Amino acid sequence: MADLQSQDYIRRSATTLTPPAARNYEQQVAKLIDVTRCIGCKACQSACMEWNNLRPEVGYFEGSYENPMDLGPEVWTLMRFNEWENEKGDLEWLIRKDGCMHCEDPGCLKACPAPGAIVQYANGIVDFVSDACIGCGYCVKGCPFNIPRISQTDHKSYKCTLCSDRVSVGLEPACVKTCPTGAIMFGTKSDMTDWAQERIKDLKSRGFENAGLYDPPGVSGTHVMYVLHHADKPSIYSDLPEQPHISDFVSFWKGLIKPVALAGLAFTALAGFFHWITVGPNDVQPEDEAEAERLLRSAEKPR
Amino acid sequence: MTNTWQDIKNANVVIVMGGNAAEAHPCGFKWVIEAKIENGAKLVVVDPRFTRTASVADMYAPIRPGTDIAFLNGLIRYLLEKNAIQHEYVKHYTNAGLIVKESFGFADGLFSGYDEEKKTYDRSSWDFELDEQGFAKVDDTWQNPRCVINLMRQHVDRYTPEMVSRISGTPQDKLLQVYELIATTAAPDKALTCLFALGWTQHSVGSQNIRTMAMVQLLLGNIGVAGGGMNALRGHSNIQGLTDVGLLSNQIPGYLYLPTDQETTFEDYMKTRQYKPLRPGQVSYWQNYRKFIVSFQKAMFGESATSDNDWAYDWLPKLDVPLYDIIRAFEMMNQGEMNGYICQGFNPLQAFPDRGKIRRGLSKLKFLVTMDPLDTETSRFWENFGPQNPVDPSQIQTEVFQLPTTCFAEENGSLVNSARWLQWHWKAAEPPGDAKSDIWIMSGIYHRMRELYRKEGGAFPDPILNMTWNYTDPTSPDPEELAKDMNGRALVDLKDATGAVTVAAGKLLDGFAQLRDDGTTASGCWIFTGCYTEKGNQMARRDASDPREQGIAPNWAWAWPANRRILYNRASADLNGKAWNPEKPIIEWNGKQWVGIDVPDYTPTTKPSDGVGPFIMNAEGTGRLFARDQMVDGPFPEHYELLESPSQNVLHPKVRSNPVARVFADDRADFGTSSEFPYVGTTYRLTEHFHFWTKHALINAILQPEEFVEIGEALAKEKGIDQGGWVRVSSKRGFIVCKAYVTKRIKPLTVDGKPTHVIGVPLHWGFTGQARKGFGANTLTPSVGDANTQTPEFKAFLVNVEKATGPAA
Amino acid sequence: MNLSRRGFIKLTGTSLAASSVGALGFGYTGEALAAAVRPYKLAAATETRNTCTYCSVACGILIYSMGDRAKNARSNIIHIEGDPDHPVNRGTLCPKGAGLLDVVHAPTRLRAPRYRAPGSNAFKEVSWDFALDRIARLMKDDRDKNFIAKNAAGTTVNRWTSTGMLAASASSTETSYATWKVVRALGMVVFDNQARV
Repeated sequence: MADLQSQDYIRRSATTLTPPAARNYEQQVAKLIDVTRCIGCKACQSACMEWNNLRPEVGYFEGSYENPMDLGPEVWTLMRFNEWENEKGDLEWLIRKDGCMHCEDPGCLKACPAPGAIVQYANGIVDFVSDACIGCGYCVKGCPFNIPRISQTDHKSYKCTLCSDRVSVGLEPACVKTCPTGAIMFGTKSDMTDWAQERIKDLKSRGFENAGLYDPPGVSGTHVMYVLHHADKPSIYSDLPEQPHISDFVSFWKGLIKPVALAGLAFTALAGFFHWITVGPNDVQPEDEAEAERLLRSAEKPR
Repeated sequence: MTNTWQDIKNANVVIVMGGNAAEAHPCGFKWVIEAKIENGAKLVVVDPRFTRTASVADMYAPIRPGTDIAFLNGLIRYLLEKNAIQHEYVKHYTNAGLIVKESFGFADGLFSGYDEEKKTYDRSSWDFELDEQGFAKVDDTWQNPRCVINLMRQHVDRYTPEMVSRISGTPQDKLLQVYELIATTAAPDKALTCLFALGWTQHSVGSQNIRTMAMVQLLLGNIGVAGGGMNALRGHSNIQGLTDVGLLSNQIPGYLYLPTDQETTFEDYMKTRQYKPLRPGQVSYWQNYRKFIVSFQKAMFGESATSDNDWAYDWLPKLDVPLYDIIRAFEMMNQGEMNGYICQGFNPLQAFPDRGKIRRGLSKLKFLVTMDPLDTETSRFWENFGPQNPVDPSQIQTEVFQLPTTCFAEENGSLVNSARWLQWHWKAAEPPGDAKSDIWIMSGIYHRMRELYRKEGGAFPDPILNMTWNYTDPTSPDPEELAKDMNGRALVDLKDATGAVTVAAGKLLDGFAQLRDDGTTASGCWIFTGCYTEKGNQMARRDASDPREQGIAPNWAWAWPANRRILYNRASADLNGKAWNPEKPIIEWNGKQWVGIDVPDYTPTTKPSDGVGPFIMNAEGTGRLFARDQMVDGPFPEHYELLESPSQNVLHPKVRSNPVARVFADDRADFGTSSEFPYVGTTYRLTEHFHFWTKHALINAILQPEEFVEIGEALAKEKGIDQGGWVRVSSKRGFIVCKAYVTKRIKPLTVDGKPTHVIGVPLHWGFTGQARKGFGANTLTPSVGDANTQTPEFKAFLVNVEKATGPAA
Repeated sequence: MNLSRRGFIKLTGTSLAASSVGALGFGYTGEALAAAVRPYKLAAATETRNTCTYCSVACGILIYSMGDRAKNARSNIIHIEGDPDHPVNRGTLCPKGAGLLDVVHAPTRLRAPRYRAPGSNAFKEVSWDFALDRIARLMKDDRDKNFIAKNAAGTTVNRWTSTGMLAASASSTETSYATWKVVRALGMVVFDNQARV
């Protein structure tokens, strides 16, 4: 299939060239998740699996309605549940659809060493391009929301595409279409922001004084936003980051080292390429994970 | 549902009680969210558990399972005390002013007429005083102490907030908050809608649960109006249709009834079905019963049904008991009174109460036939699946036939939704392997039986040999032909008073008003007349336009009766024919006729001044605050404890549970006591699953893979139960071993001074499919039903819970 | 060459490399061709309107199947989603409806009639004729033996109580009508549906 959208890229991992962008009038899109009207039915999970042809293993009951137990290479979105007692002692069941936030300034893309493995389209969608992915896991570390997951099957990184295949033909993402209560909506970022304000007004009238929009500035805003009843406390929604930002390590790497690292890059790209060609799916050893962690930690220390 | 799904958006207050709409009907629930967002509505949830519906509610009140009548009778008392009723509506559109017989009474938990030995009521005293012409006497000033509203006031007087809280465990402050909010909808232009489901029906007092809320809605003037109504959210895609077509032991399509042994002749049968109006000038539409039953017999038996043979009256089986329901069927199996059973798309081993009894019953059959797209537990009841189905096949002599059928995607036909819409659907693919449609299978069985009777003779072959089966392909009738059969057609030229032909012989009818009682029309299901006319298949219509965007969509598919979307819609307007709520009128009187966005539930030219009541099916023409003899357990609702209850009945200790509940002796012996089983169990669906089907669908198995129960934190702590750890939940009838979900969403309730714990038992797991094996919630549940309908009491029973090690037991 | 991921991380870690392949002379075009959104999978699929089989909200659904119904193409359902025109669900589906594809294609869908003999511990596949002939025989024998034409009082009652039927809850209205006719023509009274459970 031809690359229908390459002219619409605004960012491309491990690439200094600005992609050609003759089209300069693309509207930014956004998905608005209104947590206050979400019933946690998991229709979004179901539709996501169905549309994207993903079926993780049948798990177990592990003390929560959360299933599967975590995001994964076959689990691109997940309802997270928290039974929270408010100041008045009343129970609130806070249910949040977790998944890629499609950051305006994507930490994954910045961290990615594989050319073109992560792209951002002019409409704001951040997409992983499997062919170019080398499975290094830097995107996992670079993501302030802990979203991407590496597949044990093909050693590539996966996450929500915002159904770029549907959006590219003029449809809304599968989770948006299916959501029974309209807790997930899709449109231009400005329309979604306006609608969020309407919702916040209604919530305030119902006693949720701290209702607000989650569109964190630390990543220059996101193309997936939340309406929260308690926007002053994002962390009560199953650890939604209070102030997400791209790790200093990634910024440091991209900002200072990149210009002098061209030689290293050649090897990186080749390594990834050969890795894919010659080894195919390989095994990730625990040592590998530990090593990656160590490297990242040591790199982060200067902070 | 009296109203449509979309109409919920017009409500000012939504109460979800006896149901969990967000989880069981998520896509219908969107209209509740719409009401909140677009209409500023408030959502109230009353439920033993803090459900996903409660998670988006403005107000939540906990309640002990099985005490809804106490809660709602308390509400009626509150509304009367605060005078928060819609006076004009109650006065003119309910039977509040009718005068009840002197002989009617209620004392110590029993209504007049109780027969202790038979455990039934003689209901003759539950009626009105009649005048010389046979009309009910009325006092519109409500001064007479015997008029309905005063008797009702007296009846609910015991249900003070203190008493209700003592019974239900609902804290008084929460109770009064809910009452206060609901009372706001007594304003003529405000509406409350009530969404309920099996959380109300699955009780030994199920029908009365619903009736109590219907009375509340009448008092508030909320029946027939936009955003109001009593909305039963049916559970299965065509269970409304199967009920409409009378696939119940005592019914004939269109809510007609099989005769009983006492009705020896057709005229006897008709005698109790004359439905003479109880007030002057009322419609009492059931007066047309003869037209419906004769037209039905003509559809069923064609030329063999004649006036000479009383329209083949004797070819209909007669009933010696009120119902041959599922509970009775399995009792009969266990008593060795049944030999064969056919389960079409139904999985009783999972679905019926007291699983052990179901398994024993099936084991005593000579043959079992299952027809299903999926490999059901019932079809494999004889196979050993370990602790989840511990049987010895060699000891089971039942012959079992497992017949593969098509599913929804592989056939054409209509389904009737909860809002009574008949929607046509189209085949998308061929079925797998050699699976066949249910129509093909039923036809195959019928033709073989008919052939055997032709060849061999045998017991009473007449109806078998004479039934109409004149379909183009008799081995597999086209659904369109069957639909036309149900719609009905003229058998001769139908003429009006002037002699002009209105419907030519052989043509399809436009509406049930064209039906005749002289054998000149045939209709397989009178309420569906109009669904498939000479203009074509009305059920296949797809015009979604919606005048005034009020949630009617009159040209989308077709609704029974007569494409009417909101039942009792005459009651949406005041006595002069003006909408109570001018913002959301449904039909209004324009000086000449009733006009509006829906088909009037009323003769279109009946003037408001004619005083014809809006409830045209009732002989009074009004809504029933007093049910007369229509309910077996009382004309007013009364709180009775569950058959298995942790509490005494504090209102009348001597009459603890429903005095007319039908309990078979061996089932009674299997009831537990609270000393042995101290906690209240309740069963329900989870949103990730549909009954026992979706565990066959991988996606849904992934979303909720394994059996568990829900236990409050306090009880878990007391019993040393860990989050996600194994537990053994037992009742007098059996036990399940599964995981525990320790949750803040179930809290102990103080009932009559004592803490009462509720244990939630989701019902989706069995031993076939993609999900992990489970024991099934029905292992625990008692075999007893609602006194009126025999709907099993799945929502409240006694259990014990202990920490366990795993299912290997 | 057998680079483990660990080795890869070591190498890249030492150089902390990240920059443009293009800058080093690797062609952009080839990469770009590979870098594409997934093709939209329904482009020419056949669309059939249907109703969800689960609850009674009766959501409108669109069934997408492979093949254009040409004589030589056997339709296979590849995707199901909500019908946006439907006045109730307006395109939405719940977690059950959104997973309908997996019930249509469940590995436990039945494909052939099966029979289990008394005392046996296994099903065996049988023909439709075997199954229906045998069922009709069993039913007729039971009916002839246990049919009640008159009750003790001598009233004609014409009922059959020793064989019963449970009707479905998701079969079509037309199916239910055909079923009613067959069941009642036989005089069966132990007859119920799923309305209560």
